[in-house]
Amino acid sequence: MKIPVSSIRLPTRPGREYESRFDREQSMLKMLAIPIASVILASMVTTLPIFSAGPLLPPFGLLMFLSWRLMRPGLLPIWSGVPFGLMDDLFSGQPFGSAGLLWSLAMLIVELIDSRAIWRDYLQDWLIAALLIAAVLLGGWWIAGLAHATPAPEILFPQILLAILLYPLVVRICARLDSWRLAT
Amino acid sequence: MAPPPHRRPGFSRKAQYGLFVTYVVAIAGTIVAALLLTISVVDPAGFSALRTFGTEITAPVARVVSNAQRSSQAATHTVSAYIDAASKNVMLEKELKANRSALIEARALRVENARLRGLLKITDGEAQQVAVGRLISSTASSTRRIATLSIGRNFGVERAQPVRGPAGLIGRVIETGPTTARVLLVTDSENLVPVMRASDGLPAFSSGLGNGLVLIKPLNLGESPFKVGDIIITSGNGGLYGANIPFARVIRKTSEGALGLPFADPANTPYAVVMRPYLVEARAAQQAVAPDGETKEVAE
Repeated sequence: MKIPVSSIRLPTRPGREYESRFDREQSMLKMLAIPIASVILASMVTTLPIFSAGPLLPPFGLLMFLSWRLMRPGLLPIWSGVPFGLMDDLFSGQPFGSAGLLWSLAMLIVELIDSRAIWRDYLQDWLIAALLIAAVLLGGWWIAGLAHATPAPEILFPQILLAILLYPLVVRICARLDSWRLAT
Repeated sequence: MAPPPHRRPGFSRKAQYGLFVTYVVAIAGTIVAALLLTISVVDPAGFSALRTFGTEITAPVARVVSNAQRSSQAATHTVSAYIDAASKNVMLEKELKANRSALIEARALRVENARLRGLLKITDGEAQQVAVGRLISSTASSTRRIATLSIGRNFGVERAQPVRGPAGLIGRVIETGPTTARVLLVTDSENLVPVMRASDGLPAFSSGLGNGLVLIKPLNLGESPFKVGDIIITSGNGGLYGANIPFARVIRKTSEGALGLPFADPANTPYAVVMRPYLVEARAAQQAVAPDGETKEVAE
């Protein structure tokens, strides 16, 4: 079945549907602010009144960060793991600098993978994200163990599993934000 | 999606250098983060100003959401109270009659206790209340178990003050901000609480397991003396946590002690009371020798 061209909906800014569609430009502010704000807000989720017996809440900041990186390569600069990670450390309760280091290493690893692989599909993205999520959470556990007494690593497994299963949802949120970001 | 071909930016020197600089910045940033991490591992209380800033700016939202949660919980509770109201009423009246005589006996015992203490000239540290707040958030994604309290220095909350709820001990204050404070929960692995069994005063130590439970180890070596259902209360040793605060119920016996479920559930506690340390002088003397957070537990 042929899809008529008129049924394809181009993302448009609300209130501009009836204006000319020629020669429009995206808002520079939105282009920059949406990825940054979405990662920081996702990091701030831990400050909502959510109480869990153990570490169970998925690291939404990390999920959002990885989604942007894997979905839009080249959008976030290579060094962006450091500022986003340090921001996440303010809210996560981990020793300060832990996410700064781990997110930056994750970013460099994705960069390495990108320089080897020609093309990634969605399942490969998910696999890369799953491995990085597990590595960052276990790394965070190890780092917390350097400074404080920590429980056995088994208590992280439910959180790791939950985070991996939630990654597709976060990618979809990210894609919606991206189409809003690029809407003219 | 394929990565954009930015690795070979053509013959433009500017573009080549620009690409090189991003790699340099990335590696340098990683090293800086590692240095920051080293500092915060060596001095865990450092950077507390930054964390406090983060908590302070997000606290208003947490307060509003927490209020909304609380009122919706209250509404559900009010509605559910109407279900089976008559049979509940009969049951409660029965319980009330049974409890009334126990209460009178307890009052008599209290008077007798005070008289005997007066005879022996025992003066106990009176656990005094500093302020009452609420828990507004917790580190739900980290292995550390820390909650945020809705009050801070503005209500006289200071570091190393115990916090309890109506059901039992919650933890102790580890960082304070202008209007918020961070509380190390009893379920954190780093929080050691001197406790005893309520029935016979068997002394023990409790340490958190990080999964909502606490491990209770008796001071005496040998077979674990605990039984499922034992009530554990704080003993007041060490001078920080007051004596006789309800602490946990034993839910499983282990080879070296018992697993306990704390009475105070941070998710479900309507308010949190910040108390003064139980025995201030003893505590000060102990802090002079081995301050909190600076003396490391030696790993076994």
